[in-house]
Amino acid sequence: MARPPPLSPHLQIYRLPLTAVLSISHRLTGVMLVGGLIVISLVLMVAVTWPQGFSGFQKGLQSAPGQILLWLFIYALFFHLCHGIRHLLWDRLWGFDAHRQVNIGVFQIGMSILLTLITLYLGQPEMSP
Amino acid sequence: MVQFRLPKDSKVLKGIQHPAIIQKKGLRQIDIYRYDPDQDRNPRLDRYQVDPEAIGPMVLDALLGIKDQIDSTLTLRRSCREGVCGSCAMNINGHNTLACTEPLAKHSGPIKIYPLPHLPVMKDLVTDLSQIYRQYASIEPWLKPKAIPEDGLEQRQMLDDRRPLEGLVECILCACCSTSCPSYWWNGDQYLGPLVLLQAERWLKDTRDGATQERLKALDDTFKLYRCHTIMNCTNTCPKGLNPARAIAHIKSAMVTIKKDPG
Repeated sequence: MARPPPLSPHLQIYRLPLTAVLSISHRLTGVMLVGGLIVISLVLMVAVTWPQGFSGFQKGLQSAPGQILLWLFIYALFFHLCHGIRHLLWDRLWGFDAHRQVNIGVFQIGMSILLTLITLYLGQPEMSP
Repeated sequence: MVQFRLPKDSKVLKGIQHPAIIQKKGLRQIDIYRYDPDQDRNPRLDRYQVDPEAIGPMVLDALLGIKDQIDSTLTLRRSCREGVCGSCAMNINGHNTLACTEPLAKHSGPIKIYPLPHLPVMKDLVTDLSQIYRQYASIEPWLKPKAIPEDGLEQRQMLDDRRPLEGLVECILCACCSTSCPSYWWNGDQYLGPLVLLQAERWLKDTRDGATQERLKALDDTFKLYRCHTIMNCTNTCPKGLNPARAIAHIKSAMVTIKKDPG
């Protein structure tokens, strides 16, 4: 039997533009946020029913790995928010010009970083004992 | 279905290094995907050296130079050599475009050329586009007039009514957009893809067409239309500077105008 025609390379060779990278990151951050939401619900439940357990959570989140997880989650939240707003604007038929895609993408990443830094700044006083 | 890796039979192997016909400074290295259906072998990537001073300025000139002078077995589609026929669409350095309008000088260093992504390969750079053509036929891409003009003349259109068709009728069906789209890669059997949806928008926007409602209803489908996730590869890659992503957004937004059948 003759062999079937091969499938031409796709992901292996395609140079994804910024919009495509943002699109897949939007999905990944979405999955991360669902995972984080489960942890947050757990923290809330423990806060209501079990004070000792809650202080355990607090210590965990104040440790270095806890801090990394926390800020990754907060950054994922703002990244997802910014790209979500871009999706809303697309649905209003705004922001399709090809030559503006990179500028809008860089602006969107900049905003998500800025919002994370603002949160970091506002959260600082509460962090000190 | 999402399948990130190539099937075993489709993996690209290391190919042959073809000797240059002359030795001089400034030769351009071009790597080209090769597949011969008459040999029971995987595709491979062959290496050629071309002298840019001996050929025309475009990637297509380099490919035809290779075919004429180095390796006559190299197989590709081409016709108009000026960006209006859409035959020589291929992936050049990771980007889908027309070889005839892509200057060699735009690329520094070696150039890698593959067929349009995620399609069955018939030979070398020639892919099987029949799925896209079937999907194109499915949107019934012809005018369904509201009424036959009483004077027996052709369907006429005012200038202002013609304007919305600009940016749609320039499409040459080269398939650079659909084959750049990850959604089309994973769900091409059901999702219509940017090429066919831009064409669908072309008939939706035509003021002479009387089948707008039926056309919208036919597109109102989770897979046919809504697999578009605004990844924007189509708009970023279109060699004619058109905007399939915007056309799809217009169709999505027109969906709310569908009149529901009573009862």
